[in-house]
Amino acid sequence: MARDDRPLSPDLQIYRPQLTSVLSITHRLTGIALSIGSPLLVCWLIAAAAGPATYATLHGFLASWLGLLLLLGWTFSFFFHLCNGIRHLFWDAGYGFDLQTIYASGWAVVAISIGLTLSAWVISVGMKG
Amino acid sequence: MARKQTRSSFDRTQGLGSAREGVGHWWMQRVTALALIPLTLWFAASLIARAKDDYGAFILWLRNPFTSVSMVLLLIALFYHMALGLQVVVEDYVHTDRIKMPTVVVIHLGCFALAAAGIIATLRIAFGR
Repeated sequence: MARDDRPLSPDLQIYRPQLTSVLSITHRLTGIALSIGSPLLVCWLIAAAAGPATYATLHGFLASWLGLLLLLGWTFSFFFHLCNGIRHLFWDAGYGFDLQTIYASGWAVVAISIGLTLSAWVISVGMKG
Repeated sequence: MARKQTRSSFDRTQGLGSAREGVGHWWMQRVTALALIPLTLWFAASLIARAKDDYGAFILWLRNPFTSVSMVLLLIALFYHMALGLQVVVEDYVHTDRIKMPTVVVIHLGCFALAAAGIIATLRIAFGR
């Protein structure tokens, strides 16, 4: 076992944040956020199976400002994790590793996930009328 | 210096490492990711399109065979992917076996439970009166 008082190699507090590393940790954080949100999907199905009254209670919570804030966070987390996940799958297949492509795909992920989040909310609110 | 051969030819042919697991975890994370691309996009698009649905319309949508099947597949892929992802997070940051092992077990069992609950709720709606 390593002793705790040994010096560690330079870590997060030393390195300047780069797009690549920031997106990498964001991928992990959005994955954790989506995991925290996933029981809600199950609760939502259970509430729907339980009947209109239970469903209305859950719906009421989701329509509150806290519920909407959580949903907004999960929407972004979902689109980010999806887009960056596709980026990861391309890497797994051996494509897109040169520095220029990695930065281009990184910024594309940022732009597309923000764009999709905004579109999803604008269309949802529009559908609701 | 040539790498010292520490594993038998049979071991290497099988492609399994010291954990006897090989690339199973890595591979299933990619397979579930691939499955989740169409499933989550379908789910997100459906939620947006049905933003104004009341309880009755929503249940009717869930009872559609295509919806039920897709929802069950989504739950399986989602909680499988979530278990694998959270496991990696724990393994990366928790270095005490006495905490790491039980946490990974709890994550896996929890994901199984959530998937089962979600699937049963979906089936109850699908086969309900």
